[in-house]
Amino acid sequence: MQLPPLVDPTATLGKEEISRYSRHLLIPDVGLDGQRRLKSARVLVIGAGGLGSPTLLYLAAAGVGTLGIIDFDVVDESNLQRQVIHKVSTVGQRKVESAAAAIRELNPYVNLELHTDRLEAEMAVQLFSQYDLILDGTDNFATRYLVNDACVLAGKPYVWGSIFRFEGQVSVFWEDAPRGAGLNYRDLYPEPPPPELAPSCSEGGVLGILCASIGSIMATEAVKLITGIGEPLLGRLMVYDALDMTYRQIALRRAPDRRPITELSDYQAFCGLNRPLGVQESDIPSISAVELKALRERGAHHEVIDVRERTEWDIVHIDGARHMPKSSSIATEIEACFGKDTPLILHCKSGLRSKAVLLDLQRLGFSDVRNLEGGILAWIRDVDATLPSY
Amino acid sequence: MPISVSIPTLLRPLTQDQKRIEVEGATVRELIERMDNQYPGIKQRLLDGGEMHRFVNVYVNDDDIRFVDNLGTVLKDGDNVTILPAVAGG
Repeated sequence: MQLPPLVDPTATLGKEEISRYSRHLLIPDVGLDGQRRLKSARVLVIGAGGLGSPTLLYLAAAGVGTLGIIDFDVVDESNLQRQVIHKVSTVGQRKVESAAAAIRELNPYVNLELHTDRLEAEMAVQLFSQYDLILDGTDNFATRYLVNDACVLAGKPYVWGSIFRFEGQVSVFWEDAPRGAGLNYRDLYPEPPPPELAPSCSEGGVLGILCASIGSIMATEAVKLITGIGEPLLGRLMVYDALDMTYRQIALRRAPDRRPITELSDYQAFCGLNRPLGVQESDIPSISAVELKALRERGAHHEVIDVRERTEWDIVHIDGARHMPKSSSIATEIEACFGKDTPLILHCKSGLRSKAVLLDLQRLGFSDVRNLEGGILAWIRDVDATLPSY
Repeated sequence: MPISVSIPTLLRPLTQDQKRIEVEGATVRELIERMDNQYPGIKQRLLDGGEMHRFVNVYVNDDDIRFVDNLGTVLKDGDNVTILPAVAGG
């Protein structure tokens, strides 16, 4: 279904801009009118990470007049494998500043609005109201449901993309779409998975180029919506598989039991993040990286068990640790190796997965199990900075 | 009458890393039961108290079972079933 252009062509183009955008102006479907719509458009990109990087670059190059960028994070070396807007020279800088510098180099005609706060429910609707279109390239369910609900309340369309390893999904959601075509993300997935079933790219990995595959679809949809050309992805989910090299479309419909979204809620709680594994944090015996180092130096009897995946172990591991990847039978395996009374210290990347294993062991009556606080990342940071991080 | 089931990345550790498996079943519910016999643990990742988790969708060919007959959706020989869980990476 074709939609009317989202943005009126109020802005005009100068001589240099006409030259710069000439390859667009030559396409009859875009033309001067479409390019003026792009220049008049105000687009907010949430997250200047994997998906944000290519979409920002292409939207800037395409001549979107105002780009808002919101991200609270700083550029890390491990971002450069896929977040192509950032550079070696901007590692350590705020991502919005790094992205802004790249965009200024690329297209000085783009007006930038930088937001360095974390997106919060208190300000989301008001922020979104200032833009014509939102692009969601965030990396967690809590923010994704917040973006969805705030877009519904602000009446804004948004382009949604999501990636994991070799696969990506893209769609356009717009509750207030014309002719009753309205849909939002909750029609696709009414509820998020619990945190233990929602691995992130920082734990599960992602093919860097996948960001471009999905980001380029997101930017294309943005240009189509702004200029009113073509058939937008509203009502369709695009599923991309880089290994099979297939694009599959799935028709979306309003969920049978959908409820109207009338206000924002507590998205941490909705995503199960306030109740990690259903126990009090203080009930989980833990040890800091520095304490573990002292324990090892004293030669105290203990075993360190690393519950991460094989690929993570291959990147980096603590000398002398035993690798036993988290699985449904891990408790039995640990008992077979060490019995229930050996002092055990469990760890993963940052502490969440090992905490889940620890609770299982406690339930089975293991007497002396502790969790390494902050996981191997804390060990690298506080004890052995010569080890690579990820 | 085998049905071809497409397994998402997240569930492949349960299917010995197979991306597609062949299972028989007259309905989606029966298919899931039989998948779980072959690949224990998969049912728990799909169902919550006898209903689908609300963060996993199942498609029979191109049809979302929520709009057909949910777990009672009837399968026929040669159908392709796709399991598609929500992912949030960005």
